[in-house]
Amino acid sequence: MDGSDILVSAILTIITAATPLAFAALGELVVEKSGVLNLGVEGMMIVGAVMAFATGVTTDSAILAIVVGAISGAIVASIFGFLVLIMMSNQVATGLALTIFGLGLSALMGHGFVGMTFSGLPQLSIPFVSEIPIVGPIIFGQDGMVYLSVFCAFAIAWFLAKSRAGLILRAVGESHDAAHAIGYSVIRIRFLAILFGGAMAGLGGAYLSLAYTPLWVENMTAGRGWIALALVVFAAWKPWRAFFGAYLFGGITIIQLHIQGFGVAVPSQLLSMLPYLVTIIVLVFISRGSVRQRLSAPGSLGKSFYAAS
Amino acid sequence: MSGRKVLTGIRRAAVAGIATLALVSSVHAAEKLKVGFVYVGPIGDHGWSHEHNQGRLALEKEFGDKVKTTYVESVPEGADAERVITKLAKSGHKLIFTTSFGYMNPTLKVAKRFPKVKFEHATGFKRAKNVSTYSARFYEGRYVVGHLAGKLSKSGILGYVASFPIPEVIRGINAVTLAARKINPKIQVKVVWVNSWFDPGKESDAAKTLIDQGADIIFQHTDSPAPVQVAEKRGVWAVGQASDMAAFGPKAQMTAIIDNWAPYYIARTKAVMDGTWKSSDTWNGIKPGMVKLAPYNKGLPADAVALAKSVAKGIADGSIHPFAGPIKDQSGKVVVAAGKTADDGMLAGMNFYVEGVVGSIPK
Repeated sequence: MDGSDILVSAILTIITAATPLAFAALGELVVEKSGVLNLGVEGMMIVGAVMAFATGVTTDSAILAIVVGAISGAIVASIFGFLVLIMMSNQVATGLALTIFGLGLSALMGHGFVGMTFSGLPQLSIPFVSEIPIVGPIIFGQDGMVYLSVFCAFAIAWFLAKSRAGLILRAVGESHDAAHAIGYSVIRIRFLAILFGGAMAGLGGAYLSLAYTPLWVENMTAGRGWIALALVVFAAWKPWRAFFGAYLFGGITIIQLHIQGFGVAVPSQLLSMLPYLVTIIVLVFISRGSVRQRLSAPGSLGKSFYAAS
Repeated sequence: MSGRKVLTGIRRAAVAGIATLALVSSVHAAEKLKVGFVYVGPIGDHGWSHEHNQGRLALEKEFGDKVKTTYVESVPEGADAERVITKLAKSGHKLIFTTSFGYMNPTLKVAKRFPKVKFEHATGFKRAKNVSTYSARFYEGRYVVGHLAGKLSKSGILGYVASFPIPEVIRGINAVTLAARKINPKIQVKVVWVNSWFDPGKESDAAKTLIDQGADIIFQHTDSPAPVQVAEKRGVWAVGQASDMAAFGPKAQMTAIIDNWAPYYIARTKAVMDGTWKSSDTWNGIKPGMVKLAPYNKGLPADAVALAKSVAKGIADGSIHPFAGPIKDQSGKVVVAAGKTADDGMLAGMNFYVEGVVGSIPK
């Protein structure tokens, strides 16, 4: 392999590593913009992963598998929504419980699927165009979910910044009392946001079990839900930053593996830490910025809403 | 007065009755030996815990009605382990296998409280009167596959997905390197540490990275089948870990190094039944069958398979020792002189790379 081949291959690996994070982070971003903190991303992801894989193996349909992954993520999220919005439970504790619940439930459901394999997602292949050196395989040779994640970043950025519905969602997140006073149904809007976040986490999980490593093993998300959560803060609740944050994180992960492979004498523990370290450093720089940046967290984030007040 | 006598009589009869019952049940227990297993992962991990459970199933098959086995899976290493082991000991299990390194101290603690129960701890180094330890010489298997790699690698670069820089893992890397360089002295082994036993995503990233950097054979000392799957997709060879992973790479998996605990579990259970059980330290390899190799891939050249088989045979009959001198470390210093072999102490504490491994051990 020559230099450009390694480069192309590394970029392809980075895209695969970043896509599940991008899905989950974008979904959580919308949830947090509506003023709800859902720490159960990991749990929703893993349930999405197992359900997508089970569907993919039994029906052999990639599209159906992806849809089921998203739906099952949303179903798990609806439990969270019911508890925090209707039963007024603590968001942090409920989110943590959701993660633990998801890990257990997925293990139970996936019991019969250990040791099976899935053929993986079909990749785009346009004659001639996909064969252009470097650009071809990177831009025109991905599987559908990668393009979907880019589309989601566009759609969410537009939705939050330009659409009326996005404005209402943000209003609910900034001050639920004011939004309620104007006459918006805070509970309904938040519930929809939570369902959307669950579906996106489910898609992230589906990407793991269908494309990234097309197999099912317990606990295969291995903490990616938590990274997605961190990315939202890292991105200062801005969709494009969350998307590129996922690529930055994936990129550094892959580059450190390459550094190890070349035998550079840097402790691997330090390199493994690097993606997290860079995230923290960027975070520090962001929060040192203008006041507006620092205040970009939704005003009502994590607070329960009582319609009576 | 006589009333009280009658009462005492009844009481005596009752006590005798209970005693008889107890006697009956203890006779019954002697007929059926209860054996407990504690696993660190789910039995569906397709790796470490899965193989221990295969050993348990073999035990049931061997002794049939004479044993009753119980297992508890996904037990975290620490306080929870102590609770689970205590519960097994209390509920009449006379032999308990604790199958992860982190169960070492909980096992010893519980063993102290239940001196009549026999304990078997995997991969540990602390023993007691009723606590044995056991582990397998996986490096013997790796030495065999190293020969295959030496024969088959065209690029001369082998890729190794490694977990944590502990002697167990370093020993495996060295065994592969020594073997491969015996066949092809130009072989280089690239190591990527993922700092995890189990993270399918990261393991597959590491395998992709190694293949991008020219490796055409992938080894792993992590527990998920992801690297084998990547090798299959990229069209290079791989070696399965702990379990037969051929389902994930039917074309890629040359063979797999399988942990075969069944013979040991059967032997130790038999010893408890016969009353000959003694605390011991077992470190077995290919010869007694604790380390096995999965069926060789049909796509492998016949001479390579023949070579691998002869090496495995040599290790079994003692004519080949994977760490026989001369062995040089990376700086070229001779660490095992010609005509000598590394002793178990050196193997157990191995903390250097042999010549041919790229990079340095993370400190």
